[in-house]
Amino acid sequence: MLSASARFTDDMPLRAGTLHAAVLRSPHAHAEIVSIDTTAAEAREGVVAVLTGADVKDVTTPFLIVVKEPMDQWCLAVDRVRFTGEAVAVVVAQDRYIAEDAVDDIAVVYKPLPAVISPLDAAKDGAPLVHEAVGRNVVSVREFTYGDPDRAFAEADHHVDLTIDYPRNSQTPLEGYVVVADYNRQDGVYDILSNFQGPFTVHPVMARALCVPGSRLRMRTAPFSGGGFGVKQAIFPYVVMCAVAARKVGRPVKWVEDRLEHLTAAIAAPNRVVRVEAAATKDGRVTALRYDQLDDYGAYLRPPMPGPLYRQHGVMTGPYDIPNMAITNRLVMTNKTPSGMVRGFGGPQSFYALERVMHRVAEVAGLDRLEVIRKNLVPADAFPYRACGGALLDSGNYQKAVDIAVGKGKLAALMKRRDAARKEGRLYGIGMAAVSDPAQSNMGYLSTIQTAEERKKSGHKGGNISFATVNMEPLGAISVTADSIPQGQGHATVLAQIVADQLGVPPDRITVNTEHDTHKDPWSIATGNYSCRFSSATAVACHKAAVEIRAKLARIAAQRLNVKAADIDFADGMVFARNNPGNALKLHRVAGVAHWQPGELPEGMEPGMRATGVWAPPELEPPNDQDQINTSLTYGFVFDFCGVEIDRDTGQVRIDKYVTMHDSGTILNPLLKDGQTYGAFAWGVGCALMEEFVYGPKGEFLSGTFADYLPPTIHEVPEPELYHLETPTTLTPLGAKGGAEGNVMSTPVCLANAVCDALGLENINLPMTPAKISALIHGEEPARPDTSTDKAGAGADRSRALTGQGSHTVPAAPEQVWAALIDADRLAAVIPGCHELELVGENEYRALVTLGVGPVSGRFKARVKLSDMKPPDAVTLSGDLAGPLGASSGSGRVRLTGVAGGTRVDYDYEVEITGRVAAIGGRMLDGAAGVVINQFFRRLTKRIHGADKTGDAGQLPFWRRLARKLGFGG
Amino acid sequence: MPQIGRNERVRVSLTLDGKKVSGLAEPRMLLSDFLRQQLSAGAVHVGCEHGVCGACTIRVDGRAVRSCLMFAVQAQGCDIETAAGLAGEDGELDALQKAFRKNHALQCGYCTPGILMSVTSFLDSNPDAGEDELKDMLGGHLCRCTGYVGIMRAVLEYAAARRA
Repeated sequence: MLSASARFTDDMPLRAGTLHAAVLRSPHAHAEIVSIDTTAAEAREGVVAVLTGADVKDVTTPFLIVVKEPMDQWCLAVDRVRFTGEAVAVVVAQDRYIAEDAVDDIAVVYKPLPAVISPLDAAKDGAPLVHEAVGRNVVSVREFTYGDPDRAFAEADHHVDLTIDYPRNSQTPLEGYVVVADYNRQDGVYDILSNFQGPFTVHPVMARALCVPGSRLRMRTAPFSGGGFGVKQAIFPYVVMCAVAARKVGRPVKWVEDRLEHLTAAIAAPNRVVRVEAAATKDGRVTALRYDQLDDYGAYLRPPMPGPLYRQHGVMTGPYDIPNMAITNRLVMTNKTPSGMVRGFGGPQSFYALERVMHRVAEVAGLDRLEVIRKNLVPADAFPYRACGGALLDSGNYQKAVDIAVGKGKLAALMKRRDAARKEGRLYGIGMAAVSDPAQSNMGYLSTIQTAEERKKSGHKGGNISFATVNMEPLGAISVTADSIPQGQGHATVLAQIVADQLGVPPDRITVNTEHDTHKDPWSIATGNYSCRFSSATAVACHKAAVEIRAKLARIAAQRLNVKAADIDFADGMVFARNNPGNALKLHRVAGVAHWQPGELPEGMEPGMRATGVWAPPELEPPNDQDQINTSLTYGFVFDFCGVEIDRDTGQVRIDKYVTMHDSGTILNPLLKDGQTYGAFAWGVGCALMEEFVYGPKGEFLSGTFADYLPPTIHEVPEPELYHLETPTTLTPLGAKGGAEGNVMSTPVCLANAVCDALGLENINLPMTPAKISALIHGEEPARPDTSTDKAGAGADRSRALTGQGSHTVPAAPEQVWAALIDADRLAAVIPGCHELELVGENEYRALVTLGVGPVSGRFKARVKLSDMKPPDAVTLSGDLAGPLGASSGSGRVRLTGVAGGTRVDYDYEVEITGRVAAIGGRMLDGAAGVVINQFFRRLTKRIHGADKTGDAGQLPFWRRLARKLGFGG
Repeated sequence: MPQIGRNERVRVSLTLDGKKVSGLAEPRMLLSDFLRQQLSAGAVHVGCEHGVCGACTIRVDGRAVRSCLMFAVQAQGCDIETAAGLAGEDGELDALQKAFRKNHALQCGYCTPGILMSVTSFLDSNPDAGEDELKDMLGGHLCRCTGYVGIMRAVLEYAAARRA
């Protein structure tokens, strides 16, 4: 990989004649599609086809979903769009540039509908409906009771109650989605190369949507994938979209997602509103928990959703011994991007609630926070421990892990540091968090969403099957394939190590190929790279295959060396009698027997030297009648503590020290394990301090660039102090648990606990941006001081409603100004970027203008109506603007007053903006609006005085020049 | 400055990792797209196309540049270096790449080529750069996998070795 050889999906060779796709997306969060006119796009040179919802409806069926409600989703919107960025049409053309040009040629008429964005609003009676056919937005409610929580709460000394509003975020891999689809008419097979990462539960979903048996949907992957984090599961609608397009045009179709598309429309971890309550004794023992969870899945429920709401279900008590629990799970739909798999998969949301409430229990009870954690942890002698929700915590020594972390990480010194800082008046806080780190999901956990009765009818689901194959060639070369589909986690390194250990050869002698091909490789619905599945699943399957090969080799060698197979050993490429190492054969000679001399093999042995290990741990049982579910196979343990200092002036949270302690069972490869921890920590920091997908109140998406959606850089991510304890799991032969997700669950809440400690807060929601913290320290920021006559600015909420007012003095009489304003030709000459302006009705204009913000620009069609006209004193302008960059609508009032030296023009306006401009240009809109207005008046003045007959026609449009100044190509 | 028509394609000739190459580009074609699509430069990784992530960083006449923020036609006659040119002809990794491997400074590898080019360019002009300056330079790159720990270790090790 370091030699920069090109082996990512986008680098793979294409069949001759491959076409390229670009997607037209909805600028509205919720709208009816009145009409789509693709004529102009189809007529563009180089365009081969344009597909819309009608085309996909002809040849596909809606995607299967988990909840039996009428919430149909196709790969392109049919009749209605339900989130900003939803795919509406796809253009297939000779190259991507042409395809994107043609996307701008498609004319869609939308009838905007009320959108619902906040999950709490969506859950209210009378809220706009995301799916009318369902009749409500809360599409699933289940209540669970374990033990006797009501009694525990009634008897409790302390009752702690918090409400958490966990935001939307995603780990946003640097490589976006890439699909190359081909369709072979002869055998009816769709052949897909993509960076899909599994789980392959989605394979039957895609095959069914395409109306083919699974064997006719061949899914392949490239050698490398540029980051996954769960996110590359949600590529599947695009797989179907490209498959349909390839079938229609009879040629392969390639689509590469860009960053704006990814941030806007790919995926987000579900935001969740949780009310969490804890019952505690006066000495800090937590006796019961109560969760009321409202999980927001956006506009469509894409399989395997609502996974995040149930993946933690068995272990909602975390690493604690809490015998009573009540859970209400509600699943709500809103007009936002559909939620999906993102690293942590429900864990960050769940543990944020649990660890915030544990922190509060200590505060309310007046106890030391570490003591409350210690007191409630599952005791070391209690393993295997069955949590009340059903999780089987097989092993661990949580107290010891905490002791190591506190000792080596010097918590006592950190406490002194905090006290010293506080004496100086600085804002310093300490946070802690303890979490369970689950790995290898039970494929049946999602059936907990059904009642026990429903499960009986539909059949019990559970398990998690994995495969790996070890092959030895006639001359002794060893190769491995497996079903893990990695994105750089180093699975190949670990698999080589596992096989090398069994066969006594150096790991670099072993070739591992982790590409996957459903036509040739063994796979199951569990196949893929997610929920820390590798170490306890695929690695074990590989171990089993290697053990089988070793046993076979040992039997062959035993026969030839005249010893028992049990006395055979392997080292340095030799197979030998353990008690007499001189009695030996070369490894490749032994393997060769299975190929060249099948007749001489020991009795009953099959020829060839290939073994496929299959691993399906029996502990992953379906949910029982009491709704207990062992959601994962293994449960690691993570304990973190940290010190943060908050800048009193800026509200910036600085991580002063961060200690993280992991017990992930046996560590298969320390370098790779630590790499996973550092990576998870970095994303945890991002979630805590910076990352959030932001929507305006009408569903405008506002985080379409990496300057708006902020992944942390090296400056925000300190190096954490890392400690390990290794308590092997008893459930797998390798003893390894998962270890790649712990810190995405522990770090956000650990930092939040520290910030609450520093500021004396009862609660806080993420992300803890400087603006949010500043407002907590200093109160809300006052309105921007009035430093100019032009007060363009965004509203106080985060809407892209652009409002402003101002005045300019034009050196001409009011009548002259008025005449210029209502004359189409003269107006056309002074509106920046205006190409055409024609009168289409009484005081109604249609205009074509080029506008751009930041890195994008495009042509817009505008309709402007003049009303409430009082010549030459006042006029109201209203209208809307639509184009490839988005849509807007608004109105403004202009008043003319004769003053010394000319006419004072006073104006105020309010414009709502959606689509691409809102997503990527939000930061620049306010300033840009003011400058355009200034330019308008300058040109108006010149026009009236005839001082500049050519206007600015010879120059680039202002927006372009601004973009260049800001460093964008423009 | 030459005038090129909107839909006209012009031949852009440049040196790519030591070899003279050329291809056709419309004036609007991004250098990153030109290098990948016309010249098969697979070490140019496109991560954001708005100049934030740094994955597409290359060296243009020795200077580190985000190739998504340049047009292909602007690279006429330039000496372009990508990470593919770092390893020797025989495939042996250069010292920086070896430091990356040793320190586990990459996972998915998508951000890596851009970082390698920034580091070499920066240290060529700032051979004595200390940890803070190196950190500032790395602040121009996003890595979603590693948490930057291995990257910082590798870069410090490489910078020290260069000075030695």
